[in-house]
Amino acid sequence: MIGAGIATSANGGEMPVKLAPGEHAALVQSRCSTCHSLDYIVMNSIFLSRTAWEGEVRKMVKIMGAPVPDSEVASIVDYLAQNYGAK
Amino acid sequence: MKDGAESMLNRRSFIRTVTGGIALATTGWIGRARADLPQGTLESALRDSLPGKQPLIKRSFRPPNYESPVDVFNDVITPNDRFFVRWHLSNIPRIDAGSWRLAVGGDGAERAVELTLEQLKRDFEPVELVAVCQCAGNRRGLSDPHVPGVEWGSGAMGNARWKGVRLKDILARAELKKEAVEIAFSGSDRGPLDATPAFAKSIPAWKALDDNTVVAYEMNGAPLPHWNGFPARIVVPGWAATYWMKQVSSIRALSQPLASFWMNTAYRIPKGKFPIIDRFTSQESDTSTPITEILVNSLITNIADGARFPAGQPMAVQGVAWDGGYGIGDVEVSIDEGRSWQSAVLGENYGRYSFRTWEYRFSPQSARRMTVMARASNVRGTSQPSELIFNAPGYHNNVVQRIAVDIV
Repeated sequence: MIGAGIATSANGGEMPVKLAPGEHAALVQSRCSTCHSLDYIVMNSIFLSRTAWEGEVRKMVKIMGAPVPDSEVASIVDYLAQNYGAK
Repeated sequence: MKDGAESMLNRRSFIRTVTGGIALATTGWIGRARADLPQGTLESALRDSLPGKQPLIKRSFRPPNYESPVDVFNDVITPNDRFFVRWHLSNIPRIDAGSWRLAVGGDGAERAVELTLEQLKRDFEPVELVAVCQCAGNRRGLSDPHVPGVEWGSGAMGNARWKGVRLKDILARAELKKEAVEIAFSGSDRGPLDATPAFAKSIPAWKALDDNTVVAYEMNGAPLPHWNGFPARIVVPGWAATYWMKQVSSIRALSQPLASFWMNTAYRIPKGKFPIIDRFTSQESDTSTPITEILVNSLITNIADGARFPAGQPMAVQGVAWDGGYGIGDVEVSIDEGRSWQSAVLGENYGRYSFRTWEYRFSPQSARRMTVMARASNVRGTSQPSELIFNAPGYHNNVVQRIAVDIV
């Protein structure tokens, strides 16, 4: 279901975090919910520039080991900047 | 808190829904989430109970990051079931006390030793102390400008009685070598991906040998809650909670500084910007240094932004103050935008690492909007700054607090 972003967790009780509909929403939901709930994205809005969002995504890949190919990074950053970025 | 407000709070605390942030922001019911938290933070916050916990303010589900509502700190000791919860990684095992082992060793020790929980409790002298556990990023959400990270309000902290074994006694069992420079800790949580670096921290050997640095197995007279590190955690009084490794599984004495993302990149502050005394010199670079001691700070606990008080009637401003363990010297309150300050009365002293309660009583005479400010100083004479010491990671937010109330 678009917008659900649910992943199971040993903590129990995680509720689906509904992300804004938009191009690449499904990609963001899929890639970003592997390791953490999507409220991390909502919580960090709406004050980050595109550059800052790109920094966060690159940190996830480079440091946290998120298996996101370069081709997808641009789409993810586009979505975050457009839907959760500073205007 | 007034009766009507409290019953409304209780009703909301049993409603697990994500509601629009606007109403909550203006009424401030979500733990006094001020309008200066990011809008998205207000929208994604809700009251939620982790198993064994009272409703806390959820910042993230997975991994769990939950803070205490400010009214919790009206009690100087934070109860276990209202103590904040903070994790980096989402695979947090439930540890069986009987099969848990603490591995002690490393190239900075002569011997490798393995201890059970039973041995920890039986074979070492127990010590107990009261200490504030505060996340390095507490109040990050109130940074101006906003910075990315976990957008905490003021509740990523707690004050508890910790009982356990002196780390120095455990290191003595492993025969710590003179050349050990750091003591490193590993926990038990992991990310879902093998590639995610496991959380690891080290402290200087001299800090590890401090009499107050403890491997704690009890919190407020009870076993540690699962979410606060059962069966045992590191307690480094006066230092930021990043070092307070939960579910500690190994203690390694090192002859070389620990090389880890969690030391070399994360949890660092710009050099020379903060009035710190204790420095982690083996981990310093040209420009940055690891966060160490907590900076002097205070929190108003009995009044919310927008509260109303009758003119000509006595009222009290109450709160807590704390620092990195030098001890609170004074807490001053201003009700005239900082033009003049009066000392509050300090409460009982539970030790230099504990919250210190304070109270300021006065009778506001004229109807007006009034700004209440609180400023703590420690016995060294270091005070909270009137301007935020901004830093990109959002650490050390100890700027003087301001609350607007209406005298009617």
